[in-house]
Amino acid sequence: MYSFSYHRPASVAEAANLIANAADGKLVAGGQTLLPTMKHRLASPSDVIDLGAIAELGGIVVNGNIVTIGAMTPHAEVAASGEVQEAIPALAALAGNIGDPAVRNRGTIGGSIANNDPAADYPAAVIALGATVRTNRREIAGGDFFTGMFETALEEDEIIVAVDFPRPEAAAYMKFENPASRYAIVGVFIARTAGGARAAVTGATDCAHRAYRMEEALAKDFSPAALADFQAPVDRMNADIHASAEYRAHLVRVMAQRAVAACA
Amino acid sequence: MREQGIGASVRRKEDQRFLLGKGRYTDDINVAGQTHAYFLRSPHAHAVIEGIDTSAAAAAPGVVAVLTGDDLAADGIGPLICGVTVTSDDGEPHRAPAHPALAQGKVNHVGDHVAIVIAETLTQAQDAAELVDVKYRPLPAVSSTGDAAGEGQQQIHDVAPNNVCFNWPFGDKAANDEAFASAHKISSIELTNNRMVTNPMEPRAALGEYNSGTEEITLHMTTQNPHVHRLVLAAFNQLAPEHKLRVVGPDVGGGFGAKIFVYAEELVVGWACRKINRPVKWTGDRSEAFMADAHGRDHVSRAEMALDENGGFLAMRVHTTANLGAYLSTFSTMVPSYLYAFLLAGQYATPLIYSEVKAVFTNTAPVDASRGAGRPEATYLLERLVDVCAADMGLDPAEIRRRNFIPKDAFPYQTPVVQCYDSGDYEAALDQAMELADYAGFAARAEEARSRGKLRGIGFSSYVEACGIAPSAAVGQLGGGVGLWESAQVRFNPTGNVQVFTGTHSHGQGHETTFAQLVCDQLGVPFENIEVIHGDTARTQFGMGTYGSRSLAVGGVAIAKACDKLIAKGRKIAAHAMEAAEGDIEFADGNYTVAGTDKSMNIAEVAFTAYVPHNYPEGVEPGFDENAFFDPMNFSFPAGTHICEVEVDPDTGEVEIADYTAVDDFGRLVNPMIVEGQVHGGIVHGIGQALLEGCRYDSDGQLVTASFMDYAMPRADNAPDFRIGYAPTDPPHNPLGVKGCGEAGAIGAPPAVINAIANAIGARHVEMPATPETVWRACQSAA
Ligand SMILES: Cc1cc2nc3c(=O)[nH]c(=O)nc-3n(C[C@H](O)[C@H](O)[C@H](O)COP(=O)(O)OP(=O)(O)OC[C@H]3O[C@@H](n4cnc5c(N)ncnc54)[C@H](O)[C@@H]3O)c2cc1C
Repeated sequence: MYSFSYHRPASVAEAANLIANAADGKLVAGGQTLLPTMKHRLASPSDVIDLGAIAELGGIVVNGNIVTIGAMTPHAEVAASGEVQEAIPALAALAGNIGDPAVRNRGTIGGSIANNDPAADYPAAVIALGATVRTNRREIAGGDFFTGMFETALEEDEIIVAVDFPRPEAAAYMKFENPASRYAIVGVFIARTAGGARAAVTGATDCAHRAYRMEEALAKDFSPAALADFQAPVDRMNADIHASAEYRAHLVRVMAQRAVAACA
Repeated sequence: MREQGIGASVRRKEDQRFLLGKGRYTDDINVAGQTHAYFLRSPHAHAVIEGIDTSAAAAAPGVVAVLTGDDLAADGIGPLICGVTVTSDDGEPHRAPAHPALAQGKVNHVGDHVAIVIAETLTQAQDAAELVDVKYRPLPAVSSTGDAAGEGQQQIHDVAPNNVCFNWPFGDKAANDEAFASAHKISSIELTNNRMVTNPMEPRAALGEYNSGTEEITLHMTTQNPHVHRLVLAAFNQLAPEHKLRVVGPDVGGGFGAKIFVYAEELVVGWACRKINRPVKWTGDRSEAFMADAHGRDHVSRAEMALDENGGFLAMRVHTTANLGAYLSTFSTMVPSYLYAFLLAGQYATPLIYSEVKAVFTNTAPVDASRGAGRPEATYLLERLVDVCAADMGLDPAEIRRRNFIPKDAFPYQTPVVQCYDSGDYEAALDQAMELADYAGFAARAEEARSRGKLRGIGFSSYVEACGIAPSAAVGQLGGGVGLWESAQVRFNPTGNVQVFTGTHSHGQGHETTFAQLVCDQLGVPFENIEVIHGDTARTQFGMGTYGSRSLAVGGVAIAKACDKLIAKGRKIAAHAMEAAEGDIEFADGNYTVAGTDKSMNIAEVAFTAYVPHNYPEGVEPGFDENAFFDPMNFSFPAGTHICEVEVDPDTGEVEIADYTAVDDFGRLVNPMIVEGQVHGGIVHGIGQALLEGCRYDSDGQLVTASFMDYAMPRADNAPDFRIGYAPTDPPHNPLGVKGCGEAGAIGAPPAVINAIANAIGARHVEMPATPETVWRACQSAA
């Protein structure tokens, strides 16, 4: 690790100020992604701004049909939250199956979506549930937030404050795990909402995305059978030592069918 | 039986400190004036070094020294050696390329050692390492085991044409060919044995201290065999004379083979501390363990069995290409030869076996012994082949094994491949395993699984291994450079407690408990009054260390022999004290008794008398402290049958281990709880190889699985509860009646798992690791 200056602001405004004035500043949330990168000397920020002491970034609030999760909420807290389990059980289950206990106790929803790892789980939920990402500057629709591999709509120095999830009628997330890291090789999030069926896929391609063709098929018939002939485009799939493009495309269909079945 | 003697599941003494975080590992030790070392490693798989400029690094803040291969050569240190000779088919010894501890003009694998940077802090050393300017001229890399010796491949070492280390045929080829020519049927299989990264929990580490007053080097390090390290470092690497070198293996967090070998880092640290006259510490990180620990396995094989009309095995032939990596690690040549081909008979009375092993160099980390070492490779090949034979003959896999087992009345049994098995009852283990696994109920379980959309399969593996390594004479005959006896010293203190010094080393095996049980049982001394000491060449008289499931089978016997000597000496002292004839003294349960009387003396009193010899027999030395060495007459041959049941999800290819039964013959069990722990760990190790672990290099020789994010280790949820049974037989060569148990699971499990998967999906073969995609594809083609 290279040396850096460490800051621990008490408010979002103070954090925004610090990051704006740093030569090459980085926000740190749970540190589960940032710290290993720094330890391997692949990142060398001049300043590390720790969001851990900012009370306004924590907590889970349910207000009518909206579940608001503060950016600094660790996965374990989302998984254990009675409110989330009641309102969107699929989201609690998703959080409860991220990584391992150490990762879940440190890693946060804000860090996860800001990082936008192509194999991360939360992005599929944010997209499929039609969530809204609130930052210190604006609100960003979940569907517009994830723009490419490790890329998001966040501007430089913009800070995620919370994510608002509307309550679906039913939802389910099916994840096929990488046996080593236990990130998603393929994850499919299906939601049945007042506005119709919504689907998002993570792990399969360079960035989590909405699956419009899947939604069309499900609009006609919300059943696993409706996806029997669904074909994910092999040429757009990721391929690595854990799964070929062809296998990933196959898994997209299998996971989608299982998620639909679990929504029933 | 004493409550804490042989046969009791005594809780492990050492866990008190391990569970409380009070273990003392190499990295826990810090000394005044200590510096920190960082190894600069090659990012290239294969490259010529055209120059190294260390000047900027040497001038960086906090840097004490930057040393390269030239400095090492100037001091005459190294190179690293391989201690076992295999004679190639041209009558010449195996090709042994130079293995400098820091590169000299060339690097041959990613992670190869280029320079050591020593600074006041580790961060300063790492910062300075970035300033070392190494001019590399990359060369094409060889990374594929199967292709390494092929036409037109890049040459790695001048001394090894076609990248071949040795070609080693073994057996009577003509007789074998004849048997094949007249066979009723020939079954064959081609398979790879996947490369594994051994990954003990604690990475390697070393702390070197030089005392310029005594000219002695003390090297604390992660070792499974401190005296072997000292011997090789002194005799072959010129680090220091043996009497001026102290090697200490304090608590060591697992080895599984990877900490047997003499590596570059530990040697360089030992040398550097003298050169700069300050202590030097190096602690490897996980990335370094992936790149620079010796790996295991990595074979590509073809095997055929000639069968008669009843499924009897007439002859077997095998061709194996074994990857030894870029350099020869300390015992590497022995693994795919003597520890492999000599185990190819397995549990069967196959009269003829012919094997050819081609060992090759590649631009990958060195490959050497890893839990099981050669025996898992032999067992996997044979037990897969046996299942293919069963399928070809339309026989039940249990039945074909039974028909070919060496019968229990045939022991000692001379196999056609050197080993003479001393004892065994293979059918007893098979029967018990089938009973425990409820083989009869399998069809119903498979039917029920089918109703849930799952394919359930069952697989057998009947293995035998040679451990208790090893008879020195046999090792010498085979080209080994060492003797493989073990030594012990058992010392009573005047106050009656006992210190047991063993030359084996415990790095998770629980020796401090097991060996104390032996002594408690034999000498009748309370368990809590016995301390087992190991791992320090300055405290322990001698030893060859721990590997090859030898600690109890060889080291335990040495302890028992030292105890025998104490008992014999004590008899003289007790006879004198009790004014009886020596012949009238009986020893039992810690007491010397004059036969037929109630006169008796406890061994602790005898010990006191030996140190305070006021009333003492003439001609008997004072003191109560005995040494013993033990060199076994033969290997020991643990064996058993494992049965695995899996459920395959045909939609995804996921495999769940639904049930697992292991029935093993380890001879007598000293601590059944510890044995069971070893069995569990071994099986999970084997499940890891079968389902998850696959070390991969790409065609440029880059290590693709360089961290736990890509290299999948088994976890608790990858394994079911186990059904464990024992079918012991008595090994006539072993005075304690023990055989060894540390490697059995890792040997038995892989074929049991793969045979179960093949059975579930109706495939002839599925390669390891049987990842979901591999199994899904096999399902597609089987369908
Ligand atoms: C072993 C392991 C297994 C894992 N398995 C999974 C898995 O199965 N599924 C999965 O989805 N994830 C997985 N993860 C990732 C983990 O869940 C974390 O979510 C992820 O590492 C990022 O969260 P963090 O809070 O640790 O962020 P950090 O590492 O602290 O930060 C990550 C990035 O986000 C930025 N950032 C953080 N907070 C904010 C904010 N409020 N506003 C703007 N930018 C911000 C940081 O500047 C940094 O660039 C795994 C990680 C590990 C180490």
